[in-house]
Amino acid sequence: MNTNLEKNNALFEYLLRLGDTSLILGHRIAEWCGHAPILEEDIALTNISLDHIGQARLLLDYAGKIEGKGRNEDTLAYHRDARQFRNLLMAEQPNGDFGDTMVRQFLVSVYNFPLYSALSKSADAELAAIAAKSVKEVAYHVRHSSDWLIRLGDGTTESHEKVQQSINDLLIYVDDFFNGDEVDALLVGQNIAPDLNAIRALWNETVQLTMVKAGLVIPQVNSAMRTGSRKGNHTEYLGYILAEMQFLPRAYPDAEWL
Amino acid sequence: MTDTSDISHIRNLLTQVQDPEVPVLTIADLGILRDVALIDGTYEIKITPTFTGCPAMKAIEENIAEVLVENGIQNFKVRMVMSPAWTTDWISELGREKLRKYGIAPPSQSTEEHLKAILTGKNKAVACPFCGAVNTRLTSAFGSTACKALHYCDNCHQPFEEFKCH
Ligand SMILES: [Zn+2]
Repeated sequence: MNTNLEKNNALFEYLLRLGDTSLILGHRIAEWCGHAPILEEDIALTNISLDHIGQARLLLDYAGKIEGKGRNEDTLAYHRDARQFRNLLMAEQPNGDFGDTMVRQFLVSVYNFPLYSALSKSADAELAAIAAKSVKEVAYHVRHSSDWLIRLGDGTTESHEKVQQSINDLLIYVDDFFNGDEVDALLVGQNIAPDLNAIRALWNETVQLTMVKAGLVIPQVNSAMRTGSRKGNHTEYLGYILAEMQFLPRAYPDAEWL
Repeated sequence: MTDTSDISHIRNLLTQVQDPEVPVLTIADLGILRDVALIDGTYEIKITPTFTGCPAMKAIEENIAEVLVENGIQNFKVRMVMSPAWTTDWISELGREKLRKYGIAPPSQSTEEHLKAILTGKNKAVACPFCGAVNTRLTSAFGSTACKALHYCDNCHQPFEEFKCH
């Protein structure tokens, strides 16, 4: 195969992975709108959701351009089925209680931060620019979710126990972050994407620091780690999200914002 | 027929286009108007988005088109460019002064300083736009729009907004 075509196909896949993770996580967090424990938190969560969806728009729009088949951000978001989505399994996990949502946000944000920092130096100028913009938003997500983890972990006995349980439950989706494949390898080779081992080392470091501050622990995972997002193998939850998210544009294909 | 004087005329016209969410600021103050060029008889207006999810960008594109059409210019297109990524460092001094007068504290740090500070939780206190005091505190990093954070001034006892470093 022509190497440029190979590179383009890999970049398209890679952009879907980043864009879908932002889109699905953004959609999940938006479910909190009107339900957060306090008004400020409602505003914070919807702002974080907006950041993710904004990032998804840029990434999917660019993915459509790279693919070159006339698909845009909307076609990609609304007219693909679950098996064609490439979001991290973590992003589609249900909101659960507020602690579950914050742990999920924390684990993803401390992954996104070193990832987007590295991507802002990508050999692909467009991806680098999107990443440079996104990383500034991700920094706020890291701060916000870390603050909550510390507050809940170092709070009451009940909040401590609950948030520790959230960590124990969600940890099985962490290997999926770092489970690189041939797409990652090809793009790492071209200095477009960073080496996931380096990202994992930074992720570990930040997680450990925050866990110590919060008085929480990262337990040994005894059950099997769940992976597969890079090949479109999702948990049962993604289908339900898509059913809600895609209903309108699929039922009314010509619907437009006025 | 068309030359650089037309381009500067268009630039001048576009300095009237306001940010719909912070109407004291124009797109020139914000630094989002990147370039005006004449390419094959069409004026290409390059703008760059601010915050990724900012819904004002669509309105800004429409307002640009409206101003140009009102002034009899038809042969133009507005193009969104991503690179280099916009930063609040590009907000002009005049823009910062306008923000302060409007009651919004301008971004208090450079993007780079801010990025370091936010991760360690050691952000500098933001000067109050009403009384100038620095004994203020952050009440919420997220506000009414993607670009604003909420603070409280312990000197004049007023809440105020800050245009977030980005
Ligand atoms: Zn004051």
